[in-house]
Amino acid sequence: MRENDRRRFIKQSVLGTLGTILSTEAVFAIPEGYTPLFFDNDRDALKGKSTEMVVLNDRPWNVEAPAHLLDDTVTPAEKMFIRNNGIVPETIDVKGWTLTINGESAMTKKVYTLEDLKKKFKAHTYQLTLECGGNGRAGYFPSTSGNQWTNGGVSCAEWTGVRLRDILEDAGIKEDAVYIGYYGKDIHPSREPGKVVISRGVPIKKALEEETLIAWAMNGKDIPVVHGYPLRLVIGGWPASVSGKWLHTISIRNKIHDGPKMTGKSYKVPINPVEPGVDPPEDQFRIIESMPVKSLITYPQTGAMLALGKPLQVRGHAWAGDLQVKQLEVSIDFGATWQKADLKAPKNRLAWQHWTAELTFPKLGYYEVWARATDSKGVSQPMVMPQWNPEGYINNSCHRIAVKVV
Amino acid sequence: MKYLFVLSAFLLLGSVAWTTRSGNTPPGVVQQAWADSVKKDPETGLAADTDLPLIKAHCTACHSSKLITQNHFTRTGWVDKIRWMQKYHKLWDLGPSEVAVLNYLEKYYGPARQTFDGRRKPLEKPGWYKL
Repeated sequence: MRENDRRRFIKQSVLGTLGTILSTEAVFAIPEGYTPLFFDNDRDALKGKSTEMVVLNDRPWNVEAPAHLLDDTVTPAEKMFIRNNGIVPETIDVKGWTLTINGESAMTKKVYTLEDLKKKFKAHTYQLTLECGGNGRAGYFPSTSGNQWTNGGVSCAEWTGVRLRDILEDAGIKEDAVYIGYYGKDIHPSREPGKVVISRGVPIKKALEEETLIAWAMNGKDIPVVHGYPLRLVIGGWPASVSGKWLHTISIRNKIHDGPKMTGKSYKVPINPVEPGVDPPEDQFRIIESMPVKSLITYPQTGAMLALGKPLQVRGHAWAGDLQVKQLEVSIDFGATWQKADLKAPKNRLAWQHWTAELTFPKLGYYEVWARATDSKGVSQPMVMPQWNPEGYINNSCHRIAVKVV
Repeated sequence: MKYLFVLSAFLLLGSVAWTTRSGNTPPGVVQQAWADSVKKDPETGLAADTDLPLIKAHCTACHSSKLITQNHFTRTGWVDKIRWMQKYHKLWDLGPSEVAVLNYLEKYYGPARQTFDGRRKPLEKPGWYKL
């Protein structure tokens, strides 16, 4: 640990200058719990991450997993995508960390320490699918600006914390409440102190769902720093940007929350479908709510060569925003015929579902395995590029891998 | 100041040289959107060029110009077509004209370089591995 190195260095310096101990102490003494300035959480963002993760951007960090890396039923931290809008907080004071509930529609302003949250309220654990609103952007033509996510801006970890509902009700929700908005401690890329990086939210109805958590743990451990330590809002099934990291405040709003990245065209798509390349004015956009139905083939990795006559076990996950996936099919002939996969129920609502299928290939040659999920309302993934939109959001076209029978 | 003058003079010379060269496109560089700027021969619909008579003599003397205009092959691809016609369709040896014919075909009927405008790009070539 760099922090320890620093402490050791300081101790040694102090010992080395015993003769002038009084003045030296005054210069070097560090208050308990204070993190040295050069302790760089942002630079350490990739610490512990799989070396197969793909860095799309390093300022701010935007890192995705290749599809085959997402094979685990529960996504471990080392394979979880990072979508940061700002810089990871430099200092994280866990003991002094508080969560404030305020806003026009809060009956009282409340402040909780982490201990308060853990003691006063019942803890819950849910496996929740978090997908970046821009996941799949690389598949839009004409291409749209922003990080060019392919398929790996999605995760489904187990989150533990308290229900946002319990906390909001403790503070009191006024009748005119419409939306909630979060505030986190990330640093604006300009480093302007106090400038909010991203502050998004959800309608009060979504905020009050059982699975909406204020979480302090991920997969049974402290949330990794880059993923929001020590406190994070976790809202499954919606663009992951509503799951605010390094959470310190939630405002109960009497109007649609208007923090940075709620306005303009951020996380919005045209109300009416547009021709590819057409960018309508701001007032013709709507906020993305539930993410669309989608699936991934996580095994095998694309490029598999196998012997003729050998069956191939393929598998992956499927999810459908607020809904459930009711069917998963695979095709080895570009959609001419489809074969039903064995699809499991989700561990809980808003968790991705696992599927498996056994494929046999009729003769030697090049194949593509395509997967297509259908949600509980009968809506399927398109095989081609879905409705183009200027910001390149919610591309849920079928995932596919290349296979050669040799 | 003097430096700036020398630099701009150099740039000017360079651009003249480039313009001169562009009349004779180097191999592998396909002219983009030529359809808008290049005149077409009214008789055949082929791109007008000083070498067009060669094309008429060696190609459209026997087959429709549409066999050319509807295709976009690489230089190697066009060579293959010529060899195939020589093997199966009694096309003669083009002799020293072959280079000029290929230059023409590559220049006007090389691989299309327009941006992708379909609904889904082909899958990228994976790194093949034994499962």
